[in-house]
Amino acid sequence: MTIPIDLSVNGKAVHLEVSAATLLVEALREHLELTGTHVGCDTSQCGACTVHVDGRSVKSCTMLAVQAASTQVVTIEGLGTPEALHPMQAAFREHHGLQCGFCTPGMIMSAVDLLQRNPNPSEAEVRAGLEGNICRCTGYHNIVAAVLDCARRMQAAPQQERAHG
Amino acid sequence: MADIKTGGLIGQSVKRTEDLRFITGRGRYTDDIARRHQLHAAMVRATVAHAKIKSVDTRAALAAPGVVAVYTGADMAADKVGGLPCGWVVKNRDGSGQAEPAHPALQAERVRYVGDHVAVVIAETKAQARAAAELVSVDYEELPAVVDCRAALASGAPQVHAEAAGNQCFDWELGDAGAVQAAFAKAAHVVRLDLRNNRLIANAMEPRSCIGDYDSSTGEHTLITASQNPHVVRLLLAAFVFGIPEHKFRVIAPDVGGGFGSKIYPYPEDVIVLWAARKLGRPVKWTATRSEAFISDAQGRDHYSHVELALDKDANFLGLKVDTIANLGSYLSTFAAAVPTYLYGTLLAGTYRTPAIYVNVKGVFTHTAPVDAYRGAGRPEATFVVERIVEQAARQLKIDPAELRRRNFIPVDAFPYQTPVALMYDTGNYHATLDSGLKLADYAGFPARRAEAAKRGKLRGIGISTYIEACGIAPSAVAGALGARAGLFEAATIRINPTGSVTVLTGSHSHGQGHETTFAQVVAEMLGIPMASVEVVHGDTGKIPFGMGTYGSRSLAVGGAAIVNATRKIISKGRRIAAHLLEASADDVDFEGGRYVVRGTDRAKAFGEVAFAAYVPHNFPHETEEPGLEETAFYDPKNFTYPSGAHICEVEIDPDTGVTHIVRFTAADDFGQIINPMVVEGQVHGGLVQGIGQALHENCVYDDAGQLLTGSFMDYGMPRADDVPSFNVTTECTPCTHNPLGVKGCGEAGAIGAPPAVINAVLDALAPVGVTDITMPATPHAVWSAIQAARSHKVA
Repeated sequence: MTIPIDLSVNGKAVHLEVSAATLLVEALREHLELTGTHVGCDTSQCGACTVHVDGRSVKSCTMLAVQAASTQVVTIEGLGTPEALHPMQAAFREHHGLQCGFCTPGMIMSAVDLLQRNPNPSEAEVRAGLEGNICRCTGYHNIVAAVLDCARRMQAAPQQERAHG
Repeated sequence: MADIKTGGLIGQSVKRTEDLRFITGRGRYTDDIARRHQLHAAMVRATVAHAKIKSVDTRAALAAPGVVAVYTGADMAADKVGGLPCGWVVKNRDGSGQAEPAHPALQAERVRYVGDHVAVVIAETKAQARAAAELVSVDYEELPAVVDCRAALASGAPQVHAEAAGNQCFDWELGDAGAVQAAFAKAAHVVRLDLRNNRLIANAMEPRSCIGDYDSSTGEHTLITASQNPHVVRLLLAAFVFGIPEHKFRVIAPDVGGGFGSKIYPYPEDVIVLWAARKLGRPVKWTATRSEAFISDAQGRDHYSHVELALDKDANFLGLKVDTIANLGSYLSTFAAAVPTYLYGTLLAGTYRTPAIYVNVKGVFTHTAPVDAYRGAGRPEATFVVERIVEQAARQLKIDPAELRRRNFIPVDAFPYQTPVALMYDTGNYHATLDSGLKLADYAGFPARRAEAAKRGKLRGIGISTYIEACGIAPSAVAGALGARAGLFEAATIRINPTGSVTVLTGSHSHGQGHETTFAQVVAEMLGIPMASVEVVHGDTGKIPFGMGTYGSRSLAVGGAAIVNATRKIISKGRRIAAHLLEASADDVDFEGGRYVVRGTDRAKAFGEVAFAAYVPHNFPHETEEPGLEETAFYDPKNFTYPSGAHICEVEIDPDTGVTHIVRFTAADDFGQIINPMVVEGQVHGGLVQGIGQALHENCVYDDAGQLLTGSFMDYGMPRADDVPSFNVTTECTPCTHNPLGVKGCGEAGAIGAPPAVINAVLDALAPVGVTDITMPATPHAVWSAIQAARSHKVA
């Protein structure tokens, strides 16, 4: 038995027929083929599946697809494009904040949400704010540098932040 | 000879080419791939660590919605699918061969660890397969299990394999026992330690995943798998497991989300999906849940060692004796035997001129997941042994630990240096890295910082480790003589396209290391063309020449050397073509800045013009040259490379909570020449955090019955952003003498140097309260308990 849901994904209206047990991440990856959102664990610990639901970061392995009905979901594919990167995506590249790239989409989505809540964080606040996203490659050093630099740049250019916000 | 100099693109922190797809969600990992008509597999795994399989009832699973097939170990045995081979075997002390029990992908008779493979359910959807796997009923006759490698050697211990009496896989030695005995006989001081190197789980963020496919019309098998070395997977599966010719077998390792060693090996699931796909005529896909990864990925480390160091009256090292018991787990993974022997014992000289060294290693089977290479692979274990005993000696003899190291370093003028444990170090300058590390760490200012911390009630400590690695694995003849069953060269093809762009096909595999950038920097610089004109292709046996993949910090030192040699062949052929076009002798044509120039004239042809002439050969030296411009090189290294360095950790411990806070971590490394400093620093950062993880957080724990207690990210201490500091990293350079780039490799250094630096710092901090030893990981509970024990001991 399937349940019909309507929601917005990356600014586009989407209609899905999902089972009651379908997770949001499964709906994104398997129904919509938005494979930029990754699954790195099965205990809601790693954060690789982080997306934005109505503007707040959510671990999409921890939310049922039916719970996302009538919401606005933004995934990494909707944050920016190779031609027009979100400042956080650009900062990760600039500071070598990624290696294998698997945790990166979730890390970037969490970092964007972090700066929305705290536009001018200290290093300790960035580290605490990203505690729910595990990276095994970078040792976090360059991720933290990327987020701090992105915060500085977005403070310096608030219009750009609004354009992407 | 290191003859490619820094300059131009080489040595620049060029931003990574591959990033654009990863930061926009357009990476393509195995689980992102959907083959038409694909089915999904779910494993039925052993829930007990040791049992006979009495029966497997698949009826309920077969009747479940969407289920297409359920296969058991008996089905696989009936199809005569071979077991997974061991890629490197070693000899016992008495010259006999090690035990080599079979490792079927699906077990028909007996399970040997929790997570072992009993059956596979294949269904139309992943959810249906997983649900039906729960319906497979396995009747076990449970047997006693043993998980601790010391207990496994005791008489009467439960036996893992009939082929390995007393659970001993091998009893291996290296070094001159007599010379060591003589050294200890004349020693003024002997320092002793019992050390535990804790068991770890690699936990690459991408769980393992694979898709098997078979086309009966062409006979072609395809395996898409998250692997660090697709050709090795193809070789081992084709030759030992399936008996199919390699031209009918393509292995693709697309974007791979980290490996750290754990994705070197062919796994049972690779065999199972390919076998099932062939039986069913449809692609079969499997992706591990993280819970499955915890119980079934090859794990790392797990040693117990007794170490003794002999010193003369002036604290010169005279001899080192090491006895190690290494847990191999239940089955031999591909390099299980090599890691605790030739990648461990050979590194026990460290950075020191210790004249006599002897090591004995017993490799032991237990009812736990297989153990194999994890970042560093033997070298972290060796470095931990050496750097803990050296620090212990400094403490015991009341010598500054930096001074004791300096006194015993291999001197700068002693290279090439033959160690007593088989290796010949080509270059190094251990004084330089230690001095620059100590300066950056403000070692001189530490006593004041310790005093200031004490005023705040905190225990502050500083710890040093100096390490050596053997990377750039490996000279094939040497590896073969030591038991390797494969060569360890690397291959590269440079394909110049008609309009001058370049495709680089490399047998190395990037799963985070940035090859698409670094390799392009080298080729673009050599050819004098923009990096944007160079594309690096890897990870597909259908496209690339036979390569050995990425592990052991070998990609640039071995794979990069193959790329340089192939590019040189291109430049050389281009020179002959250009000479024809310029009506000059090739000897008079120089290649510089992307142009072939007749020496002393302004007559020149751009590289792109020469490439075009090679593919549109209207005006071409047909009598001496073939058309086209594509060259392949296979490079077999002459020696290992020897990265080295000094890591200095400074910690502050809260004695009330036992929490260790790393306040400063400094790494001064010598990786030889560096192509991309940004990428190198990133590798160091990541390695350091894995090393800090081992020292303070991570521990793989089984209970006595063989159930994994640390089977999720809630139970296993993965370092998180707020657990670790930012790092001070710097490099010194003594170029490698035997590869054209002068590079040594940097991928494992952090994981090798950090654990002893952290533990030495923790013990330095705890020394004033009387704590003299602590076992990794030094969790808050372990530290707090050690403080309490020391205090009550003092009171008593």
